[in-house]
Amino acid sequence: MAISEKDVKHVAWLARLAITDAEVQKFAQQLDVILEHAGKIAELDTENIPPTSHAIPLRNVLREDTLGACLTPEAALSNAPKKEDQAFVVPRIV
Amino acid sequence: MELLYTMKIHELHDKLVAKEISAKELTESVFSRIDEVEGRVGSYLTLTREGAFEQAAMVDKKIAAGKKIGPLAGIPTAIKDVMCTEGTRTTCASKILENYVPIYTSTAVQNLLDEGIVMTGKTNMDEFAMGSSTENSRFFPTRNPWDLERVPGGSSGGSAAAVAADEAIFSLGSDTGGSIRQPAALCGIVGMKPTYGLVSRYGLVAFASSLDQIGPFTKDVRDCAIVLNYLVGHDSLDSTSVKIDKPDYTKALSDDLKGVRIGVPKELMVEGIDPKVRETVENALAVFAKNGAIVAETSLPNIDYALSAYYIIAPAEASSNLARFDGVRYGYRAPDAEDIMDMYMRTRAEGFGDEVKRRIMLGTYALSAGYYEAYYGQAQKVRTLIIRDFNKAFEEFDVLVSPTSPTVAFKIGERIDNPLQMYLSDICTIPVNLAGIPAISVPCGTVDGLPVGLHIMGKALGEEMLLRVAYSFEQNFGWNEKPAL
Repeated sequence: MAISEKDVKHVAWLARLAITDAEVQKFAQQLDVILEHAGKIAELDTENIPPTSHAIPLRNVLREDTLGACLTPEAALSNAPKKEDQAFVVPRIV
Repeated sequence: MELLYTMKIHELHDKLVAKEISAKELTESVFSRIDEVEGRVGSYLTLTREGAFEQAAMVDKKIAAGKKIGPLAGIPTAIKDVMCTEGTRTTCASKILENYVPIYTSTAVQNLLDEGIVMTGKTNMDEFAMGSSTENSRFFPTRNPWDLERVPGGSSGGSAAAVAADEAIFSLGSDTGGSIRQPAALCGIVGMKPTYGLVSRYGLVAFASSLDQIGPFTKDVRDCAIVLNYLVGHDSLDSTSVKIDKPDYTKALSDDLKGVRIGVPKELMVEGIDPKVRETVENALAVFAKNGAIVAETSLPNIDYALSAYYIIAPAEASSNLARFDGVRYGYRAPDAEDIMDMYMRTRAEGFGDEVKRRIMLGTYALSAGYYEAYYGQAQKVRTLIIRDFNKAFEEFDVLVSPTSPTVAFKIGERIDNPLQMYLSDICTIPVNLAGIPAISVPCGTVDGLPVGLHIMGKALGEEMLLRVAYSFEQNFGWNEKPAL
């Protein structure tokens, strides 16, 4: 097994996904098959191979720190599920 | 007279300029077609009929005033529902964004709007572009216009089906592992994924940021070149946007292939490729040779590992990108949460579908402590090996060709319970995204009445050579079958 049901529960917690016991079982089986296939990459000798994060080489993109157009509070809040004055409202945090 | 909705951009532009037709008449024609077939095909999540007629009226006013119009002015266009459109809901076919109305427009779409396109609507897709069949849409599956029992491919299945069914003259899709090319192949149209960074990703809802790229679906290669002319351009709002002197891509459309070297990677013509699809592609190769090209076998030795590396890298990036959907600032929020953690957990559990959850968990796992090096680190190194394979092949060849999809369109439901089998649909297209290079799919015939796509891959920024080879093939192959709808 590449991934256990315990791992699936832990990963779902890390990813902030509520998950039922039936789903834990289903996803564990499916992810195991996928990870077994993906695990094939371990066969390759990559000791002296550098990793690639982007296929096209990237450099930092810099610009002058000048004032530009920005969103109004109304626009920024226009899709908020819940809002009050100029703020997003969320349930109790502590 | 030929029905307007069946025609191509370049034909319609000539008619608009000659005042033979108006943009309003063209828009009416396309919407009459939508009214006729949309109930059976299901290409669109949102139709923007009212806005479309307003846009058409503006183009007609311009023509009446004797002003010059560009090639895309007045052309009915469908947009994949993964690109933000100000004031028009953008759902990514997800419950979590069901009612999301963007406050800005993506650069790619804005570039086309500035040219005067008529936006017909937003098209169906696999949720967050994760899938190869459009069955992962949280709303409804799109059907293949060639056979309504079959999938149109994915993830841009709605955009592909819309063009194949004449519900739009052209459309935009996005391609992270084949999501433009595979549905183009399965629907019998032209689809291109440009070089990474050539088209701005600003306003494209991110799936895997190092792989995502926007591109066009068109009815022929000339239309593809025309659309590319207006999609390409540096954008300071996308830090991965490349700066180049933009060519006129239509100038690359030449029938002559004398001296062009075409390589056929042997690994993409064997295992897992349906024998009838392979035979169709082999017949296509003969067309190239007849037109002066040199066709020879080549090898991409590490390509067998591309799918595995992709299914680590893409979910890893997705798990990070999709962390933003937390029910706080926009999108769905689970009701009656006890506290903020309960709100996060239930919002995401209720808002995302199974495939999205699978990929988020897969990516989170591959990035988690203890597994990072073995999975994500190793996959990034494999990515280097695949890029090197391509670079080596391109020392000898100008383009590489393969089938776009290992099979023709499969039946709805056939692969939905087997994620790995679904992933294998993209075995020929995924290496291209890992390497950041461009590729195009052009129709090359049918198997059992269903279209087959020819996949042509080019060097980074080699779009002109791709278009030349694709155009020459199209001109000489002379395929113009249409689905009977």
